[in-house]
Amino acid sequence: MRDDTMTASAKAAALAAFKDMAREPGVPKPDPILVVDKVVRRFGGLTAVDVDHVEVQRGSITALIGPNGAGKTTFFNQLTGFDTADAGAWTFNGRAMNGVPAHRVARSGMVRTFQLTKALSRLTVMENMRLGAQHQVGESFWHALLPPLWRKQEDEITERAEELLARFKLDAKRDDFAGSLSGGQRKLLEMARALMVRPELVMLDEPMAGVNPALTQSLLGHVKDLRQQGMTVLFVEHDMDMVRDISDWVIVMAQGMVIAEGPPSTIMSDERVIDAYLGAHHDAPLSESELEAQLHEAEAALEAEIEEETQK
Amino acid sequence: MDWLTILSTTVHAAIGWETVVYGLAAIGVNIHFGYTGLLNFGQAAFMAVAGYGLAVTVVVFNLPFVVGVLVGLAAAALLALLMGIPTLQLRADYLAIVTIAAAEIIRLVFRSVYFKDIFGGSDGRRGFNGDFYAMNFLYDPGRYGIGPFGFDERTMWLLTVGWAVVLLCCLVVFLLMRSPWGRVLKAIREDEDAVRALGKNVFAYKMQSLMLGGIIGCFGGFFYGLYNGSVQPDVFGTEMTFFAYTIVILGGAARVFGPVVGAMIFWVLFVFVGNLLAELVANGYIPFMTNIQVGPVRYALVGLGFILLLVARPQGIFGDKREIAIDAR
Repeated sequence: MRDDTMTASAKAAALAAFKDMAREPGVPKPDPILVVDKVVRRFGGLTAVDVDHVEVQRGSITALIGPNGAGKTTFFNQLTGFDTADAGAWTFNGRAMNGVPAHRVARSGMVRTFQLTKALSRLTVMENMRLGAQHQVGESFWHALLPPLWRKQEDEITERAEELLARFKLDAKRDDFAGSLSGGQRKLLEMARALMVRPELVMLDEPMAGVNPALTQSLLGHVKDLRQQGMTVLFVEHDMDMVRDISDWVIVMAQGMVIAEGPPSTIMSDERVIDAYLGAHHDAPLSESELEAQLHEAEAALEAEIEEETQK
Repeated sequence: MDWLTILSTTVHAAIGWETVVYGLAAIGVNIHFGYTGLLNFGQAAFMAVAGYGLAVTVVVFNLPFVVGVLVGLAAAALLALLMGIPTLQLRADYLAIVTIAAAEIIRLVFRSVYFKDIFGGSDGRRGFNGDFYAMNFLYDPGRYGIGPFGFDERTMWLLTVGWAVVLLCCLVVFLLMRSPWGRVLKAIREDEDAVRALGKNVFAYKMQSLMLGGIIGCFGGFFYGLYNGSVQPDVFGTEMTFFAYTIVILGGAARVFGPVVGAMIFWVLFVFVGNLLAELVANGYIPFMTNIQVGPVRYALVGLGFILLLVARPQGIFGDKREIAIDAR
């Protein structure tokens, strides 16, 4: 019960921040953790990402949606240092992050997961978890040779990993190879491993892709839990039910640009979003002759109906 | 049929100088390939620069033996840097291409007429191991062994030092691979992007791995030169690298003692098949073969033996079958 009310309060706090916010792309947020300016990424002649300005509110769950090929994952890759942007700048907690290599981005507290889960197959679940911890003494070559230098820290890390595994219900799998887990369990492991880094901003690339429906609720609960613990979540997702269920704010991308922002309840009725997903003239006839043909068809149908009525 | 010679040479091979040299090369390859997933196809180059570093320092520059060893070690470390800086940022196959090419370039430079004054051309260099054997404080001249099995005092000294280095390297690998450092290496083997996303500097770890494996492999180069009393360029061909890979896979990749046991099996089989064939041909048991054909047929038979071994144990001697099963997914 208590947990429920606390989750509710974190959600309320997040929602309060978004109340009465304009629905324009790039709308300023009261307390942004991530601010992106004019990020461009081109692949040859194709402009995959061309984001003018966007902000992510601290302590919220923000969804990044858009039709296939909208550049969501590419945008993620720019922000996390896995790909180099051709132009643009972005700050995380006020610190410039453009051109920073991926491992430094992660160290600064901005941790991502991948669309195709990257469980480290031939490592055990526990080793996967331990790897996530930062500032490990035993990760330097010379210290590694002297176990007494890192044993104590390793025990602390293991303890923290065990708590997280218990929370994600993976504690029974502790000593199994990560490669032996199911798709959903791998997603859970990847998320738990990301939490070992102690991130401030968790970036999930399609957390629901390939997850068995039975695990969906549990995963959703874990994502909400992240906000509860004071983290900010930015996620890419196709599943609109999930977006409606857990996000506080939605950013919509199409053809590399941010085209709309808004609360999840109304964003899908936004004309710009419908246009992006279905095409601007999706309900309009294609040409004048077709319009005429449609009219004739309707007329003929009506006439037939009237005729049927009168014959009775 | 001289069964006694066949038996004694086979037993000697199990603990002999070849096993030491190739065992060390394989321990290095195991760090690269087995633990980190780096495809270094130029292990022979690390051994070559070490062997030549020692030989040239002692013979051409007349410097002490210890300086020669240090030069060899420095050359191996420098080679790792040179090959690693441009390629370790790229996809894994680039390292394979660059290392195999670099190894051949290095061999051809050592072989070239242009540098004959330094490296000695295709004859190589000799006469640099005197100081090493002068350091022998354990064995008086004579023969050490039981019955037909045994070595003279020089070989005993080389094998004692050699196996001490092998065991030391195994200890270092054992300590490193159960530490958080080794964990990062194994994680890089599985998926380096995941490791990057967790805040580890993948490039730095791959470089450390390349250097460590190269330096361990370079001890193999030293022992080769010290036993044979010479280094020639053509010894350090691609064959040497691929023998090391065979040994790692036979013993079981990513296992501490895999390369050592793999090297023993490799050389026992190699020497046994070779000597048995030679004896059989010499005594007329295989009338359709001549002595000259023994060499190539021996390679074919040894290869067949390894195939059969790996059919029976795809994970290698020490490997874990569950790991192979995961790979198959």
